[in-house]
Amino acid sequence: MTVVVLKTLFILFVVLGAFLPLITWIERKQSALMQDRVGANRADILGITVLGLLHPAADVLKLLAKEDVVPKGASRALHLLAPALSLVPAITVLAVLPFGSTYRFGDFELSLVVADIDWGILFVFAMGALSTYGAIVAGWASNNNWSLLGSMRASSQMISYAVTMGLAAVGLFMVYGSLQLPEMAAYQDDTFRVLGFVERFGWVPALPAWLDWVRLPAWGVFLQPVGFVLFLTCILAENKRPPFDAPEGESELVAGYHLEYSGMRFGLFYTAEFLEVPVIGMLVTTLFLGGWSIPYLSQEAFIGGVAPVLGVGFATGLCLLVHVAAFFAKTLAMVWLLMALRWTLPRFRYDQVMDLCWKTILPLSLLNIAVTAVVLLWLEAP
Amino acid sequence: MLAEFTGVVLMLALALLVAASLLGVHRLLGPRRDFDAKREPFECGESQIVSPAERFSVKFYLVAMLFVVFDLEAVFFYPWAALFRDLGWFGLAAMGVFSIPLVVGLLYEWRKGALEW
Repeated sequence: MTVVVLKTLFILFVVLGAFLPLITWIERKQSALMQDRVGANRADILGITVLGLLHPAADVLKLLAKEDVVPKGASRALHLLAPALSLVPAITVLAVLPFGSTYRFGDFELSLVVADIDWGILFVFAMGALSTYGAIVAGWASNNNWSLLGSMRASSQMISYAVTMGLAAVGLFMVYGSLQLPEMAAYQDDTFRVLGFVERFGWVPALPAWLDWVRLPAWGVFLQPVGFVLFLTCILAENKRPPFDAPEGESELVAGYHLEYSGMRFGLFYTAEFLEVPVIGMLVTTLFLGGWSIPYLSQEAFIGGVAPVLGVGFATGLCLLVHVAAFFAKTLAMVWLLMALRWTLPRFRYDQVMDLCWKTILPLSLLNIAVTAVVLLWLEAP
Repeated sequence: MLAEFTGVVLMLALALLVAASLLGVHRLLGPRRDFDAKREPFECGESQIVSPAERFSVKFYLVAMLFVVFDLEAVFFYPWAALFRDLGWFGLAAMGVFSIPLVVGLLYEWRKGALEW
């Protein structure tokens, strides 16, 4: 019980306390970099600005000290409920994302995931779908035409991409043979021979021995490259990230469903949106980028290699630290990718967003499942 | 079995606490200077002509129906995918038969123009 509480507090602290402020800062600095500006650098304490790192703190204080305006004719209770509805699922998802492997210290086994549910990935998708309600309720409760249009777009986009996101990842579950996130991450702590299939299909009797060294980490991105591209596209659209942010398109809908929100009520939407960036990063890392694993160095190899020098307990502890660091480093790389995409690509037109979902990604992901099925059965036929 | 959900419940409780405390502190700290014009819903400087509370044609109800169909299909895919290796060619054939009506349905909707905007 104590361990669960500690793990929960750790992940909450890392994501809410470190990633979230850092990401609002990175967003500003990276947009400034890409638009050849200086970027946020004004917030200071006694003249010390620390590269603009104080801006996230200034944001929170300002949002808290602003007036709370509820428009005329709005449904007061739902207007208050909507921001919480979009923030709470985004935080709850953190419970099932593994940020490290399972480690054994004597009799004590430490598994670095808050809740190891059998159907963890379904829980992630379910929570993602729940945040749709935040957008719908916010738009409907605001008594504003722009908000209503924004929430209509948001709900239609989010339910469409919820379907394709689920289907795009099915090929991956077939390869891993599991729906449990820690198991999926552990599967990727391995390597495979790039040309192994040539031998398996019997095209040549045996490959030269040196080809055994041509290996790739058994990461989702190498095992399911098509699935990776489809899934990344879908998860961006599902979370209304640019270039799929038509529901809040400033130039056409002013601000979309959170137009009538001010102060911290708006702040909660803003937090939820920025929280989704590291959550997407962590999920994509777990599914496709090997989770906590270090490429070419499996957990047994690491502990086995270090243990003779430092002792098993210390080696396991070191392995734990390196794994957690690797996981968050990969997450940061994904965050960087999302930020770069956000400031590079122009917004899609709304009908293009929906066409892409139903006419391109859905057929492609069904095809991906079929091809994966045939190849898997062929490769592993006795 | 249910013990696994301790962490989920804990995380949910903390999430609710974060949301509630932020909204609560905001209510305490925020100033209150209410007047009538401020509470008008925003409409590009105009006063509201059409109320959003009237009937609104939801153009994408067809998409919503498609969503129900394909989301259910996706849920059937998950356990099948997890057990794929054990099921073998029989599993593939069974899923193929299961998918035919759905693929045909998708093509039909497509041809009928239900996916146009």
